[in-house]
Formats: sequence, C-alpha cells, structure tokens
Amino acid sequence: MNFRVATPSLLVDIQHVEGLKGVAIEGDTIVIKAMTRHRELELDPGVRRVNPLIVETMQHVAHVPIRNRGTVVGSLCHADPSAEMPLLFVLLDGTLVATGPVGTRRIAAADFFQSFLTTSRSQDEIVIEARLPVLPEGAGFAFDEVTRRHGDYALVGVGCVVSLDGSGRAQNIRLAACGISDRPVRLKAAEAALDGSLLAAGDLAAAARASADAVTQMDDMNTSMSYRRRVLSGLIQRLVPIAASRARGGKRQ
Amino acid sequence: MKRSAIRPSIPERSEDPRVEVSLTVNGHPVKRTVSVRLLLSDFLRHELGLTGTHVGCEHGVCGCCTVQIDGKAGRSCLTLAVQANGCNIRTIEDVAAENGTLHPVQQAFKECHALQCGFCTPGMVMNVLSRFEEHEPLDLSESGIRDLLSGNLCRCTGYINIIAAVRRAAELLGRA
Repeated sequence: MNFRVATPSLLVDIQHVEGLKGVAIEGDTIVIKAMTRHRELELDPGVRRVNPLIVETMQHVAHVPIRNRGTVVGSLCHADPSAEMPLLFVLLDGTLVATGPVGTRRIAAADFFQSFLTTSRSQDEIVIEARLPVLPEGAGFAFDEVTRRHGDYALVGVGCVVSLDGSGRAQNIRLAACGISDRPVRLKAAEAALDGSLLAAGDLAAAARASADAVTQMDDMNTSMSYRRRVLSGLIQRLVPIAASRARGGKRQ
Repeated sequence: MKRSAIRPSIPERSEDPRVEVSLTVNGHPVKRTVSVRLLLSDFLRHELGLTGTHVGCEHGVCGCCTVQIDGKAGRSCLTLAVQANGCNIRTIEDVAAENGTLHPVQQAFKECHALQCGFCTPGMVMNVLSRFEEHEPLDLSESGIRDLLSGNLCRCTGYINIIAAVRRAAELLGRA
C-alpha cells in the first residue's frame, strides 16, 4: 500500500484471528501458518535442520526489521516475480491452502503464481497456510541472487536442490529462478540438461544455455533482458556445483 | 486567476472511520481514537508528540522510522496505528536513562562520531539495539555489521563510523 500499488477500500487485520500462528513440522512437511513472520521461520531450529535451504534463502529477503514484521504467506500472496519466497515454493513444489465460503482447497505453488502480483486465489478466499517439503536426505542445496543493493529486489535469483547417486551423477535436480519472468519459474530445460550428468563444466554450460529462453522479462528500469540472461547463466554455473558439493557429504549441513 | 482565489481542496473533516486504540508506548499506557489509516509513525509523532521517530521514505526502505514493536525492530511507517493495538512500542525517547545517561549504543554512536545530520540515527539506534537484545548470535565482522545495518540508509557518513560504533557498542555491552 505504501508503494501505492494497492488501494483497498477495506482492509482486514488477521493478526488476532485464532489458529493462524506458528510453524509446525508434520512428517515430511513444514506447515507455515498465515501470520508466521519471516524471522520466526528463519530462526526456527527445527526448520533449519530439516530444510536449511529456507534459512539460506531468507538471508536475502529484505532486512531483519522487515523480516520481523513481514509474513511468509503475505509475500506469497503479494506474488512479486522477483521475490525469493515464491521462488522457493515453486522450486520445492510447495502448496498453499486457501479457504473461503465454498470450502478449503490446496493449490500447488506452480498453479498459484499466475502473473505479476497475480495469484489464483479468488477474491473471497484467504490463504491460511503454506506447506513446504523437508529436503530429501542427503540432498544438496544452494540459493543466491544478484541485486543492485543487498536486501533489495533480486535482478535474478536462483535456487537449486540436487541429489547424487553412487557414481556422482546428478539425480532429481531442481532449479528455479525469480526476477526473469512475470512469475517464479522452474528451469526445466536446464534441469533436463543436468539430470544424470556428472555436472562437468560442459554440462553446466549446456544447462546455462538451455535456460536462456526462460528469461522473458523485458528490459526495464533496473537492467536489460540480455544482462538477466547472463546473470541467470552465471548463477546456474556457480550454484549447481555448490549444491552438489553439499550433497556429496550425504548429510544435511 | 488571482492567487488569493486558489483554495486547497483539503477536506476539513475526515470521513475516515475512527477507532479506539490502546497500547503501551515507552512503558506508558496510551489510549486514543484514531483514523483507521493513520500510520504508527504519524501516530507517534502527531498524536503523542514523540518526534524522535523520523519519517524518511514512508515505504519501508530508509529505516528512519524503525521502532521496537513488542521488543523487535519494525518499521512504524509500514504499520497502521490500529495494528499496534495492544502492542508494546518503544521509541528512541525511551533509550537513554531518565537522567540523560546515554544507552551504550548511543554512547558508542557519540564516541565514534557515527552521525552527522542525525536524521537516520534514531532508526539506526533502534535497529542496532534490537539486534543486541535479540540474543541470537551476531556476526561482528565488517560484512556482518554491514548486513546488520543494511536496512537503514544514511546519506551523510558513508557508514564507516557507524560500523565502528556497532563494534564499540558490542564492547560496551560485553558482546565483542
């Protein structure tokens, strides 16, 4: 609202609504209730243990005073295409739970983010929780982004999760990026180029080349499309080896 | 048109709904009836006269309006006064002792000449203070302090002395 992109005629404060607070780990799922502040999730020791990628990513979400007040679900519903948390949900196949007069439904992150600041939540629904999986045992992970200033909107951000088989070949590799389109996107072409490979320099370069078409964000006041492509390519080639080196240990860092 | 004929079209009476808020500010219970769209920063400054909380960008970027909301640093310009109903707010006016003795963070800013015009200083102090009070591990390396300060903009100092002040504050608080 302070950016004047939204001028609601009515605003409902949900901070006192029962049942919307807290983080819980239920089996293989991290359940983040609607009023959970970023900082609460970031400092949760259980979350840090079962999905350290969340903490690594959240270091890039604005600054601590903002993370103290801002909520994870709020960021998801805002659906800024350069934001980190929507990327994380697309990367990990997270789920949102929306409730309204006709009942409660689960929406896959891939279906939730429709376009710039636009989601598939209907007008009469509120998102009551967001669900992220824990990382698979032994999986490596990495997140980083390029910004004009630390804590500012990402020009491009990339998240990666990868497991390695006994011979060091990449398995179940996941890559996603923010800042490159009107929504966060899985980089399926780059994943296909890397899955089953030994992640050699040539494989990484092929994946980086395959990712170029995913960048659809036109030149804007921040930077150009071609620079975004170069940054995306650079981040993929830098982050996949970091994720792989963490996977080799076979233990969560 | 004569200049005297120009009239501002500012409404003399607001049609905004008004609600009662009760909160604690610097240890004192406060009860006021406010417009639902009044910002906490404007509430502190205009309703309570606590003008130590500064308003810079009014959209959460500059950090000048940082106060403690229930013990944690937050932007008072991104919080509506009605949202603060029932909260415990602490502003820069409450940081030094009654007798004027500076808090160690303020003392460190003074010793290190960490301010020039001083506009950003209340927000800086409230942010730094909150991080020292948080009891989470603090990275006091150069880059760690820069990260800690990254949510507060200063247009005078170039930050070097502010970084030194955070280090000095850590010494004074026994956290170095």
